[in-house]
Parts: sequence; structure tokens; C-alpha cells
Amino acid sequence: MAQPMLKKDDDRDDEVDYHPFFGIEKGAVLQEARVFNDPQIDPRRCSQVITKVLYILNQGDTLTQIEGTEVFFSVTKLFQSKDPGLRRMMYLMIKELSPSAGEVIMVTSSLMKDMNSKTDMYRANAIRVLSRIIDGTILAQIERYLKQAIVDKNPVVASAALVSGIHLLQTSPEVVKRWSNEVQEAVQSRASLVQFHALALLYQIRQHDRLAVTKLVTSLTKGSVRSPLAQCLLIRYASQVIRESGANQAGERPHFDYLESCLRHKAEMVILEAARAITELSGVTSRELTPAITVLQLFLSSSKPVLRFAAVRTLNKVAMTHPLAVTNCNIDMESLISDSNRSIATLAITTLLKTGNESSVDRLMKQITNFMADIADEFKIVVVDAIRSLCLKFPLKYRSLMNFLSNILREEGGFEYKKAIVDSIVTLIRDIPEAKEIGLFHLCEFIEDCEFTYLSTQILHLMGNEGPRTSDPSKYIRYVYNRVILENATVRAAAVSTLAKFGALVDSLKPRIFVLLRRCLFDSDDEVRDRATLYLKVLGGEAVVGETEKETNEFLFGSFDIPLVNLEASLKNYEPSETPFDISSVPREVRSQPLAEKKAAGKKPTGPTGPTSGPVVSAIDAYEKSLSSIPEFAAFGKLFKSSAPVELTEAETEYAVSVVKHIYDGHVILQFNCSNTIPEQLLENVTVLIDASEAEDFAEVYTKPLRSLPYDSPGQTFVAFEKPDGVPAVGKFSNILKFIVKEVDPASGEVEEDGVEDEYQLEELEVTYADYMLKVPVSNFRNAWESMDPESERVDEYGLGARESLAEAVNAVISILGMHPCEGTEVVANNSRSHTCLLSGVFIGNVKVLVRLSFGISGPKEVAMKLAVRSDDPDVSDRIHEIVASG
Amino acid sequence: MGHEFRDYSRESCPTVKNILLLDSEGKRVAVKYYSDDWQAHAAKLAFEKSVFTKTLKTNARSEAEITMFDGYIVVYKFIHDLHFFVTAGDDENELILASVLQGFTESVALLLRNDVEKRTALENLDLILLCIDEIVDGGIILETDPNNIAGKVATNAVDGAVPFSEQTISQALATAREHLARSLLK
Repeated sequence: MAQPMLKKDDDRDDEVDYHPFFGIEKGAVLQEARVFNDPQIDPRRCSQVITKVLYILNQGDTLTQIEGTEVFFSVTKLFQSKDPGLRRMMYLMIKELSPSAGEVIMVTSSLMKDMNSKTDMYRANAIRVLSRIIDGTILAQIERYLKQAIVDKNPVVASAALVSGIHLLQTSPEVVKRWSNEVQEAVQSRASLVQFHALALLYQIRQHDRLAVTKLVTSLTKGSVRSPLAQCLLIRYASQVIRESGANQAGERPHFDYLESCLRHKAEMVILEAARAITELSGVTSRELTPAITVLQLFLSSSKPVLRFAAVRTLNKVAMTHPLAVTNCNIDMESLISDSNRSIATLAITTLLKTGNESSVDRLMKQITNFMADIADEFKIVVVDAIRSLCLKFPLKYRSLMNFLSNILREEGGFEYKKAIVDSIVTLIRDIPEAKEIGLFHLCEFIEDCEFTYLSTQILHLMGNEGPRTSDPSKYIRYVYNRVILENATVRAAAVSTLAKFGALVDSLKPRIFVLLRRCLFDSDDEVRDRATLYLKVLGGEAVVGETEKETNEFLFGSFDIPLVNLEASLKNYEPSETPFDISSVPREVRSQPLAEKKAAGKKPTGPTGPTSGPVVSAIDAYEKSLSSIPEFAAFGKLFKSSAPVELTEAETEYAVSVVKHIYDGHVILQFNCSNTIPEQLLENVTVLIDASEAEDFAEVYTKPLRSLPYDSPGQTFVAFEKPDGVPAVGKFSNILKFIVKEVDPASGEVEEDGVEDEYQLEELEVTYADYMLKVPVSNFRNAWESMDPESERVDEYGLGARESLAEAVNAVISILGMHPCEGTEVVANNSRSHTCLLSGVFIGNVKVLVRLSFGISGPKEVAMKLAVRSDDPDVSDRIHEIVASG
Repeated sequence: MGHEFRDYSRESCPTVKNILLLDSEGKRVAVKYYSDDWQAHAAKLAFEKSVFTKTLKTNARSEAEITMFDGYIVVYKFIHDLHFFVTAGDDENELILASVLQGFTESVALLLRNDVEKRTALENLDLILLCIDEIVDGGIILETDPNNIAGKVATNAVDGAVPFSEQTISQALATAREHLARSLLK
């Protein structure tokens, strides 16, 4: 060798971590790359230098633009060499450098020459490199060669062209689609990989043409596809055809026979693909499932971990929807609990937890206990979730399951894992009354040594709500008070609140709670001291919050349903004055979309009943401000709710109009947002003529026209209606936009003097009951429900008729009521036969409303619903039923 | 480097997201990414670190192993001090991935004459890089048969190339390669 290639230690033979690239450095390698420019090219040397550059890039080092360009140009010199090995390394290098468009031109002619070379390797690689770096214009030049290459006798060349076609289809689909005939020919190739690539490309060319895909699948499923990979593709395409054929009608599914025949294929990957496709068919029957489950069961005892994993993962999914179909595999599944691959073991356990019956629970729990110690946190969370649902399924087993949860709670683990356990215990406490006291006790023990502030405060809050109602509340006090002594300020503050709750509900404990709270007055933290002071006054009857015990309890236990962002904004806007801050004036609706025009905080006088200046971020406040600046509307009182804008025109028409419904106690204002999309026109005196004959309760009181509506500068016109006070009146309105149109010369902007009166039909709009309901969340539905007067409860049952699905029925009812779904209950699990949905809201007149909906679906998709309502006003409860009955 | 990747849906074609060859400390020998899931260098390193540590204690020597995390499935195999990984999205057919891994490990074994260890791999890094290039193109599986892969790489090797080490070793390897190439091309 001419010079030492690498720096190396003399005694490297003795060194264990000898590294051929030791001490390699980008600058030096780039120096070496000058060798590419030598008139006499040394192929071996050049290859080595390319390898070094590739090594540097592979380690994550990058070349600057200048360095890259320099290397690229010197590499192109190497096209002069005829050495095939060097050529191969060059191809790799060019792809890695991903040259710029200007640089690409330097190599296209050389690569095009290689594309027509007699050497197969040159042709194949030149195609791959070109397709990675070219743009549309060059593609047109080489298209002819690519089409030829697709049907090349050499499979490597054909595959290179087909795979390039798949990539190019993303950028130049119109070109690649012209290759259809050649690709179709390649599908018949004897070379298995060519068949695979051709089928993939052919499908992608045709995928938006359903008929063509169906024809493709029908012709190929008759046999002629030999390659296992191509077979896997065909299975995917066939199941797509099944899916799109609407499936699920009575009788045979198209192509099901084909899927089933693939279960007997030689190649395991094909069997797996087919089995998985069958299990994923929508509305799959147990007869259709059986053969697929059988082959998967065989895979469970394979010696190959990948195969076992694939099978158990598929069965685990099936168990969610068809637990009975999987029970046959339970014995194989149980032996997988001790599988050395922990992913497999976890999947096996969670499958068993889904398919197991009540009698096997204890045995399973024993096996799982041994296994928990050596799996990662993320798997543990999966197991904990499975146990939670198992416990809800077999409530009688709560004792052993609760025991298990408390045991793992004591062991090491990260926050997410501990949170999953605590959440599970909380769920059990909530849903299984017998489990309450044990669960609370375990949680008490846990917070004695809990490093997560979030969990400690969550548990303390729960204890405050549940602990006083247990048989012996006094035993919890010690645990709570220990927090006040031992923990950080956040936890201490939470503990003070919890103590207060015990004091409020348990009279016998009150004197002792007072002693404890008084000690907290000397705490070093402001918040802790403040809370202690407040609670001492409240409990001591020095009424700050209310005269009666009920009001005290409402203060302590009531859910805080004002969004904190709104409260924060309101407090920032509040200016100290004679009038105290009124919390009921804080808007309760959470607005995700702030208005574009943020107005500066107003300086209006605040009053206990009058409108207050609210948070700048909330849309309703921006609306309120702009409305109250119109004198005619100022007397309407406080704005209750503004709807989201509803379009009254089709997209891309001459005039775009949307409406926002503003609801007041005794009025409704319709705000029409208009915009003019014609540059040659100026509209003047724009109004909306409303026919309210289908809205009996509404009487038009005022119209505020829009003086002028120039092109591309939106404006508003308003129409106000009077309606009976506090009544949620509904109705339909038909609308016509009226205006005077004047011609405008877009070039000069000159407006003609004379205008013409014209009108434009708008779509109808409706005021519905949902417009009178604010979506207001509650933090804890159950507590909120229980704290409402049971006397206000109204329950009734409804038949909703045949529905597409349970989820569709649930969403329909939610949107009729316009309420806020709580605790994620708007989501209906796939295939479930029943569902409970919890809703909260505030009805006009500031009446808090909670709704509990229980749905059930029968065989022929008949949906029945039980509706229970509680609200601050029994009349409103009745009203909710009327709404549902009429909707 | 600023490659643009296209993520193909599982519907149309099985897709590989990356191929990794790491040493017994988790350091890179050769890696290739085919997905935009990891754009920054740091994101790639973080993924490699997490794959490496998650699989370190498993026994993936006689049979290929598999794991699933963060929405990916990874099939892997260890040979001496080399750790081979192939990654895909978690809805991919595991056995297709396993065939890619098998193509990778066995073609490397052929090319390195069964001397599959870090030092030899680095000495013949050109072969390893070409090997990866012949297995997957932009995420799409190009070839999985180890003999075909090694054959394509070996024909392309520079004749009698001397690897980056002492003459004696390199000569031995060069002859080995020649033998291999000949036997493969018969």
C-alpha cells in the first residue's frame, strides 16, 4: 500500500477493541478523496476511500453543502473506470449524497449509458440510482428504457425497474400509469420477487379504481401467483375487496374461499397473513373464525419465537371481540406464560385474562405474581389494565384481585405504572361497593411511602370524599395527618383539605380535626396556612360560605366546574373596586378557538348582575363585547351562549354567509357574517330578510343592516328576536340576503353611482334545544350526581328504532342535547351490546343538568335507551325528556 | 442526509422502517433508515439505544427474537458480538420481517465466510453496506434470499480488494471472497 490507510496502535493485536476505523476523521478522509481526481484511477484505493466516507456518514456525521458538492463532483470522475466493484460503490455513494438538481445533471448521461449497458448489474443499479435522484423532465427521457427494463429477462433488472416505479408513482403518477401493460406482463414472471414487485406496483396504479382492483383480485386468486410475498399482497388486496363489497350481508363472502385456502399454503408468512385477514373481517362469524384459530393455535407451540409472537398477538386481538373462539387455545396459552420472550408471555396472560372464567382467576393470579417481577413497566401496565377489566367482569373476585394490585403497588415502578395501579384501585372502589374499604386502606398504606406528588394528592382527594362515609372514619386520620408532617407543601395542602372534609361529615371527629387543623396554622407554606385558616372558620360556623350545613358541604364537596383558564383570565381583568369579584360571572364554557381579533381588556364597571369583562381568550366574551357595543342590544342582559358559526351558503359562491346564534334570556340575536367574493361589485345596505313563520315564539324586534360590503372585506348584519323569558323556544327560519349592488372597476377602484337592488337565497337555519345548553364539564360525575337532589331525578325509557350502530345512536342523542360527554363515555367500544354515557351541561337560566344514558342494542339493531336526568330544577329535568322525546 | 421517504401504507406493500447492525455495546456498525419517523440524528440514536437495551438481556442466538414497543415491531438476532435488527410498523406481518432479517444475517455470514463478528464486519464494511442496499430499497423489500443477496454483492466486490488491515488477514479474506464468488456463480 502506498501509505498507511489508518492510524492504529502498534500493539493493536493485543487490544480487544481494535477498530479498523479508529481515529478516522472527516477532514482527512475528504483530503484522501482527492484520489478520485487522479488521471490513473486506482479502483481498490478509490473503493476504500468511498467506504470511509460512507462510514463517516453512517456514524451520523454530515457533510456541509460545499463538502458534499466537492465529493460528488470528484466521485463522478470515477465513471471513467471500468471496474465493476468500484462502479457499485459509486452508485451507493451517489444515493447517499442525495445530490441537488443541478448536480444530478452531471451524472444523468453517465447513468443513462449504464442503463443500456450489457452488464445486468449496471442496468439494475443505474435504474435504482436514477429513480432516486431525478425529476419529471429527466423521467420523460428515460421512460422508454424503464418500460423495457420492467420486462427484462434478468429478474434483478426487472425488480429494480418495478421498485423504482413504486417510488416514482408518488411523484409522477401520470407517467408510471402508462406502464400498466408491461407491469401486467411482469406479474406473470417466473421470478418470485419480480412477481411480488409487479403486483405491488400494479395494485398501486389501480388502487383508486375499485372495479379494476376487484378484477385483478378475481383473476389472480385463481392461482398463478407463486411467490409467498406476492401471495401476502394478494391476501391484503382480497380482504380490501371484501371490506368494500359491503361485507356482512347474508350468505357467502366473496373471496373467503381463497383466504381459507391460503391457510393451507406452504409458507408460514402466507398462512399468518390469511389467518389475520380472516380474524379482521368485519362481523366475522365463529364458523369463519374456526379454521384461522386452528392454524394460529398450531403456531403457539412453534419453536420460533417470532411465530409464537405473531400467533399470540393475533389471538389476543380476537379475544377482545370473540373471547369464546379463543378458549380452545387456553392450554397452549397457559404454557406461554413462562415463555422466555416477555412480550409473548404478556400477550398470553392478557389473552387469558380476557377469555378465562371465574374459576380460573385465582390460579392465573398466582402465575402472574411470579411473572410480574421480570417484565418491563410498559408490559406491567398492560397486565394491570387487563386485571381491572377482569375485576369488573367478575366482581366477586375483587378480594384476590385487590390483593394482587396492592402487592404490586408496594414494589418498585415508574410513575405511569403506579398511576395505572392507583387508577385501577380507584375504579374498583367506585364500582364495587364491597371493595371500597379494603381499597382505601391499601391506598392509605401506599401514600405512607409514595414518591409521586400527583398520586398522593389524588389519593388524598379520594379519601376526603370516600373516607368519612366508611364504617370507621377515624382510622384514616392518622394516615392523612402523617402527610401534613412529612410531605412537601402541595401534598400538605391536599391533606389539610382532606382533614376538613372528615371534620365536616363526622361530628364525633370534629374536635380532634380542629386540633390538627390549628397545628397547620404554623406551617411554613402560605397555601397550607391559608387552607387551614379557611377550613377552621368554615367548620367553626363563622360562616363565610353559607349559613347552613348543606352549603358548607356544597363548598367542600361540590365539584369545581369553572374552567381554571377562564377563572384566571377573569381574575386578571378584575379591577379592585367597591363591588366584590363575582365568581358566577366567570364563563363556564371552555372555548378552544379564540377569536382572531383579541380586544383589549375592557374597563366597564362590573356589577353583581351586569356583564363583567371576561377573559380575553374566550370567544363568548369577544362576542359579548361586540354585541353590547350596539346600543339596541345592550338591554338584553347577559349573553348565555353563542353557537359556532353555521354556513348558510355553499362553498365558493358569490357571497359567503354564515350565522352565529346568540342566546339571551329573553332574546335571540342572529349574527350574519357576510363576505363578498366578487371584485367587480360593492354591496350596500345589506340585510337579511327573515321569514319566521315556522318559529312561532319568536318576534323580530330589530335589524341592524351592514352599510357597505366591499370585495374581500367581511362584515356583519344582525337581526334580533324577542322570545318568552327563560323558555327554550325553537323554530326554523328561512332567509334571503337583500342588498344594493354597485359596479366597481377593479383596476381603478371607481364605484358607479347607481346601484340595483338584488337578493340572494340563503339556506334555512334552525334554533334547537342544544342552543340553550352550555357544554360544561364536571370533574367527578359520580360526586356531582350524588350531590344533586334525588327528587329532581326523572327517568324514562325510549325506543330509538333500528340504528346503524350503537355508537351512531349515542352520538345522535349527545348532539340533540348539546351536552358535554364526561369521562370519555362518548366513545363506544367496538361490538359492544350496551353502553352507558354520562353528560353534563348548564341549561338556560343557569340550571345545572346531569344526564345518565344507558343504551342497549338487540339483534336486529333495535336500540333502546334509558334516560335519567338530575338538575337543579325539576322542571328542567322534565324539559330534557321533552327534548329527547321530540328529537 | 436529506433523503425524502415515502411511507407506504401496509395496504399496498410491506415496508421496512430501518435495518440496524450494532455491536455488543450498542454502537453502530452500519444502519440504514427508510422512514421519516426519525429525522434528527439524535432521534435515530435514541431509537437505537432503546432497541439495544430492551433486547440486550434476551437470548436471540439460535432463533430470531421479536419485540414490540412504541408502535414498532423489531425482529432481531445476535451473532457473536453483532446485533442485527429489522424494524417495521406494528401492523406488519412479523414473518415477512423475519424473512428480511434472515436474508440479512445469512448473507452477511456468507460474505464474511462465517466469521461474523464486529471486527471482520468493519474490515469489510463495503460488503455490509452493499448487502443492506441489496435487501431493501427505500423501504421496499428487494430480495430476501441470502444466496441471491450475497451473490449480487460478491460479483460487485472490487477484485482482490485489500481490506483495511494487515496483509496476511486481508489476503486470506480476499481469497475467501473469490472462492465464495466462484461457488455462488456456478
